[in-house]
Amino acid sequence: MLEARQVSKRFGGLLAVDGVNLDVAEGTIVSLIGPNGAGKTTLFTVLAGFQTPDEGTVRFAGRDITGLPAHAVCRLGMVRTFQVVQPFGRLSVRENIAVGAHLRHPSRAAALDRAEAVARRVGMAAMLDQPATSLTVAGRKRLELARALATEPRLLLLDEVMAGLNPAEIDEIVPVIRAIRDGGITILLIEHVMRAVMSLSDHTYVLNQGRIIADGPPRAVAADPAVVEAYLGHGAAARMQAAEAAHA
Amino acid sequence: MRAQRYLPIALVTGGLALLPLVVTSNFLLNFLILTLLFALLGQAWNILGGFAGQFSFGHAVFFGSGAYATATLQIHLGVNPWVAMVLALAVGGLVGAMIGALSFRFRLRGSYFALITLAFAEVFRIIAHTADFTGGGSGILIPLDLRPANLQFEDKAGFYYLVLALTAGSLVITRALQDSRLGAWMLAIRENEDSARALGIDSFRVKLVAITLSGAMAAAAGVFYAQYFLYLDPGIAYGVGYSVEALLVPIIGGMGTVFGPLIGSFVLHGVDEATRGLTGDAPGLNLALYGALLIVMLRFLPAGLMGLAAQVKGIGHQRRTRQAHRLKEAGDA
Ligand SMILES: Nc1ncnc2c1ncn2[C@@H]1O[C@H](COP(=O)(O)OP(=O)(O)O)[C@@H](O)[C@H]1O
Ligand SMILES: [Mg+2]
Repeated sequence: MLEARQVSKRFGGLLAVDGVNLDVAEGTIVSLIGPNGAGKTTLFTVLAGFQTPDEGTVRFAGRDITGLPAHAVCRLGMVRTFQVVQPFGRLSVRENIAVGAHLRHPSRAAALDRAEAVARRVGMAAMLDQPATSLTVAGRKRLELARALATEPRLLLLDEVMAGLNPAEIDEIVPVIRAIRDGGITILLIEHVMRAVMSLSDHTYVLNQGRIIADGPPRAVAADPAVVEAYLGHGAAARMQAAEAAHA
Repeated sequence: MRAQRYLPIALVTGGLALLPLVVTSNFLLNFLILTLLFALLGQAWNILGGFAGQFSFGHAVFFGSGAYATATLQIHLGVNPWVAMVLALAVGGLVGAMIGALSFRFRLRGSYFALITLAFAEVFRIIAHTADFTGGGSGILIPLDLRPANLQFEDKAGFYYLVLALTAGSLVITRALQDSRLGAWMLAIRENEDSARALGIDSFRVKLVAITLSGAMAAAAGVFYAQYFLYLDPGIAYGVGYSVEALLVPIIGGMGTVFGPLIGSFVLHGVDEATRGLTGDAPGLNLALYGALLIVMLRFLPAGLMGLAAQVKGIGHQRRTRQAHRLKEAGDA
């Protein structure tokens, strides 16, 4: 469904994304992990049309979309969320989600109806009439997800939707994400919460200093202590094994 | 349900339409006419600034272009003033589209966009000053011919109804915008342009539509001005005065609301008239007052008087629900 080939993005002297090849098969959840500053978010901005790659091509649903503007990419069915949440602050939750719904529903009434349905899907039905600014971090992350979902995408790019959530909140959002995939939406997610990465993903890519240094089933990647120690920091291997044990 | 959304506009317009029956003083009618004129100009600014979030500091460029378009079409080409009005709206829209295409293509935002609009108003003022067909610095006179067919009226009430009709039209357009996808897209861009783009909104196009609509509406205000005063010069039409009026009125009343500009215009010009009585005509004083008002509004009431009203209503609502709770508890006890 998504194919990135030799994608590079340079910021001045910094090669933030360096010859990345990445595939996301339809109907799967693929995760992208790596230390802070590895280039994960930059790769998302390139895939979603917010920045043009300096080199390489991006294909989505059988089309070359390299260099296509963000709104056009979204129309084709690929939507991203932002790591640093960007709500429409003075609009209510309902109005926020309706903006996404308007992509496929021109009528105001239809978009507002859709917004309500999407809010139920991500567990925000009780907050529909609150202003977006009144939401907690967890609420804002959910709102990012809800708005993106309202565009009725085929591929959802989630940039650290669990960052800043407490364990209970993470336990709430994991099944929501799985349900979205089960509803037929393919997902590519950036995540630091290894517990969630392990339990959700079918395939994992590890990015470090702009390069993909490993990929495979999450367990195989996690079981590679060299990769983990080198790129997720000292002690990460032990943490991941503990997480895995907890899930087993 | 749908029609109900327009009821407040119908009531307000109906109420205002009755005023000439009781207000016979020319001074008061003139005050009402100018207040509605600025409400119309402010509504134009509101669509671009209050809804789409693009703050213009040069709305006089549209106002002046509408005024000059109708005047020159009548004088040089003998176009009927009603037809000229329609053409002038198109000119205002075109000027908007041109400025929008230039500045939004280069992603100018915030104060850069404000400065670009200010610069355009100044360039147009200089062109009007030097060109022949505009009458240059000495201005242009529309010949007096007081017939409705000529968009000129014997008495002030006629002009009052014309400007009221235009203002009511601007209220209806703004309400329709509020209930439409286009309006939702504008608000999304105002709140967060990156998010808007991520959700499939072509922000360049939406902003272009906003400035075109805004330009045409401000041109309507310019057309009315030209017909009412029958005289224009570059300093009036493209001067900074109308640019300031255009933004002050919705900021006072409430940006991004339907009635904000109308309310803001009544308050601003009410205060203006009142203080003029007190201070005499000391030059520059009302500009200083406007500046102070702008700072106070943006600092303490960014949502304008409409926002204040909503707050008061909210507090009232809270108090009522608290009261209801207390009553219920008392009943339970
Ligand atoms: N717009 C930008 N301009 C310059 N440098 C940037 C820009 N965006 C990201 N970077 C740099 O690129 C590197 C990768 O950043 P990012 O993609 O945000 O990493 P990650 O999401 O993996 O934490 C960082 O060193 C960051 O400072
Ligand atoms: Mg990041």
